[in-house]
Amino acid sequence: MTAFILQRLIQSIFVLLAVSIVVFFAVYGIGDPIELLVPPQVSDAERQALIRRLGLDLPVWQQYLTFMGNALRGDLGRSFVHGVSAIELILARLPATVELVLLSMALAIVIGVPLGLYAGLAPDSRTSRVIMAGTVLGFSLPSFWKGMMLILLFSVLLGVLPTAGRGETISLFGIQTSLFTANGLKHLALPALNLAIPNMALLIRVVAAGATEAMAQDYVKYARAKGVRPRRIVGRHVLRNILIPVVTVIGIEFGSLVAFSTITETVFAWPGMGKLLIDSIYQLDRPVVVAYVMLATLLFVTVNLLVDILYAALDPRVKLAGTRA
Amino acid sequence: MSLSPETMTPVRAGVLKRLRNRPTLRGAGILLAILVALALLAPVIAPQNPHDLAALNVMDNRLPPGAASLTGTTYWLGTDAQGRDMLSAILYGLRTSLMVGLSATLGALVIGVAAGLVAAQFGGAIDAAIMRIVDFMLGFPSILVALVLLSAIGRGVDKVVLAIVLVQWAQYARLMRAAAMVERRKEYIEAAVNFGLPTRHIMLTHLLPNAIGSVLVVASVSIAGAITLEATLSFLGVGVPITQPSLGLLIANGFEFLLSGEYWIAVFPGIALVLLIMSLNLVGDRLRRSLNVRS
Amino acid sequence: MSGPTLLEVRGLRTVFHAADGAWAAVDGVDLSVGSGEVLGLVGESGSGKSVTGFSLIQLIDPPGEIVAGSIVFKGEDLRGATAERLRALRGDRIAMIFQDPLMTLNPVLSIGEQMAEAVLEHRAMPRAEALALAARALGRVGISEPETRLRQYPHEFSGGMRQRVAIATALLNEPDLIIADEPTTALDVTIQSQILYEMQKLARDTGTAVIWITHDLAVVAELADRIAVMYAGRVVETGPVDLVLDAPRHPYTSGLLGSSAAMVEPGGRLRQIDGMAPRIDSRPSGCPFRPRCDRALPLCAEIDPPPTPEGPRQYRCHNPVPQAEAAP
Repeated sequence: MTAFILQRLIQSIFVLLAVSIVVFFAVYGIGDPIELLVPPQVSDAERQALIRRLGLDLPVWQQYLTFMGNALRGDLGRSFVHGVSAIELILARLPATVELVLLSMALAIVIGVPLGLYAGLAPDSRTSRVIMAGTVLGFSLPSFWKGMMLILLFSVLLGVLPTAGRGETISLFGIQTSLFTANGLKHLALPALNLAIPNMALLIRVVAAGATEAMAQDYVKYARAKGVRPRRIVGRHVLRNILIPVVTVIGIEFGSLVAFSTITETVFAWPGMGKLLIDSIYQLDRPVVVAYVMLATLLFVTVNLLVDILYAALDPRVKLAGTRA
Repeated sequence: MSLSPETMTPVRAGVLKRLRNRPTLRGAGILLAILVALALLAPVIAPQNPHDLAALNVMDNRLPPGAASLTGTTYWLGTDAQGRDMLSAILYGLRTSLMVGLSATLGALVIGVAAGLVAAQFGGAIDAAIMRIVDFMLGFPSILVALVLLSAIGRGVDKVVLAIVLVQWAQYARLMRAAAMVERRKEYIEAAVNFGLPTRHIMLTHLLPNAIGSVLVVASVSIAGAITLEATLSFLGVGVPITQPSLGLLIANGFEFLLSGEYWIAVFPGIALVLLIMSLNLVGDRLRRSLNVRS
Repeated sequence: MSGPTLLEVRGLRTVFHAADGAWAAVDGVDLSVGSGEVLGLVGESGSGKSVTGFSLIQLIDPPGEIVAGSIVFKGEDLRGATAERLRALRGDRIAMIFQDPLMTLNPVLSIGEQMAEAVLEHRAMPRAEALALAARALGRVGISEPETRLRQYPHEFSGGMRQRVAIATALLNEPDLIIADEPTTALDVTIQSQILYEMQKLARDTGTAVIWITHDLAVVAELADRIAVMYAGRVVETGPVDLVLDAPRHPYTSGLLGSSAAMVEPGGRLRQIDGMAPRIDSRPSGCPFRPRCDRALPLCAEIDPPPTPEGPRQYRCHNPVPQAEAAP
């Protein structure tokens, strides 16, 4: 187990390193940041001084080493626009995104698993067909379009939910969250639902396929021959087997949830780190873009590691790769 | 000899219902053909050239669907904030969306197939290097990769195409490599190698045509994905330029008017986009299933 | 050895629906099993013996359907029973052992949980008590350290061990009847004979009746009190096992005996029945065995032979094997 975790940690460090190189060269390597930083009226001497101070006169690889050296100390540069540390800027927006992502994952599970189970257990019923057809829409329609339609329906036509922004927040262990106020939840409902839809569709598909497959297995027939009640067959024999792909999906999709929250946050003007990324791209605030990508990558690899460990705990047949002699 | 059909029981009725053919997807095919024709013929059939600012009348701005213009023509789908006829804007937008989606898919296909073919043919370190890059690319959400790239190179039709190519080539490379590896193990390739045919000849005349089929089928499904990605990037304001709006950008432009009830500026381009994506998806999926290719 | 009638099956017919009709896998089967009796249900693959086994506890899923017949178990017709009544009987009064021990245990649930549920779904008792019962049952089928074994998962068991688990599970509620569907075919020969021996002993000790479904006549000869030979979805010959195997009347039984290696004298030639068992969707008219039968008469093509009683046995043949030349 320890060996497995160690092995995955080393892998993760390599991924982070690779991302840092690619992003650094993609974002800083193209175009001249000095042009963005320095107003045209500044004298040539001052310009040269700034270039030296920022280390932009050094060869690119040396600039990268400086960047990495700072990164290891938790410094991913200073926002061109806000003049504060890029990390601090993003971390300030992190709670809003995390609560959005967590609530949408919860919605996807709470709605997706029962619907998928229903569709998988009665695949020929009319309701199941409607559910499965709905998943096609859930997958393929662009996220921003679904968000707009949610606004049109719930805000403009029904007038029951707010269109944009984050509601009231309260401080919980020093973190501002809107999960525990009525007004906050009202604001959170539509963005969370919108972000949840693709994963809900995916979970429905995975659970339905898993349930149909499990129900056809000999162990289900055997459980019936033992006189096990249908409720227990579904709730224990089938669900326990579906849990494994479900956890995998949740793990894999967590990363894309964070990434896709940029779209949902833009549509619903949600003040999270995704909205910050889009704003920073508009304002050519490169340090923030780079810091966002580095933090997002760190988040992906951490979650993937946790999922792998959970996966091994759920399936007795899985021996973690690192534990092999 | 078959046994005589049994009387109709509920179980039998259920079985027969399941065996009955699902409705065909001919409708989706026809819809797709119409959409493509509309996009191709946009300059001929559009009532107005939406890119020609001189043709627009600002006095006609934000008119509802069916309203008459000052000159007497009818705006069947209303007008936007600049007084642009939405029907014309949608026809041209459809053109841009399709063009970006198709050229990006084509570009990604060419690069991916070449990379997959090289990886399969040469193996060893070259294969390992290419597949590492592929794994790395596929490990990140496509929207994020495209966003970061466009933040570095700026917006433009060519740049959006480049971004989509960058995020999509890897999946084709993986598929092509797998298909080519299967093909390489077949006898006729071994015979060609033993016969001393040059590597390039084997790759291009034997491996490529025999392995590319499944990749092409998957690509047909991916066109919808490319169009969705373009629409999303344009909606976020990092995609196509304002002078050549795609459906995604038209929707973005109409978004602010959605809340004030001027729904048509965003909703009609949205419906066009949804129809385009759904028909592409259904046709592509049908193709994939009838040819029995797993993606 | 056999007590009063436990199970009486009459005219059982189980069909599988398809687009162009329905195919009878079980086509009018009659069976009876007495208390404590071991019945060997024999046939080639596709003869309908497994479907018969599943039909008895009505574990037939679409596109399969039981369309006719009666299944009277301890005076109660199971075909009229509610789903809940059937559930309550399954695993409690009628237990079943499946063919493939690798597929029948749920891979992600512990052995203990899968054994305990077979008790807990029928009787309210503390979980610990059910696990203690399970441990005792494992001990009875010769599994050492049962308490440790209960905490393990199926992949930690070999095929033979898993089948012992299935047998132990079947014994948990001391059922009246165990239906064993080729429980040893997936196992190698030494384990097979061990399990046979254990089964026989357990059935004797507990007074449980057993329907042993198999294609192996040697197994039946060793284990069973009575035999029912199935061909093309029906019982073509049934009777006391010694009588039927020593002097078969139906040409098919005789042919099976000829092709069964264990029945052949040392140095004797192994005889094959020519042809293949008919697919259930392409049965010939008249007697279904006619195309493969060397004793067929013109009559056999026209009229399906009805069951003919003869002493304690019964067969379906127009031109039975004469008593004298029966044994090959």
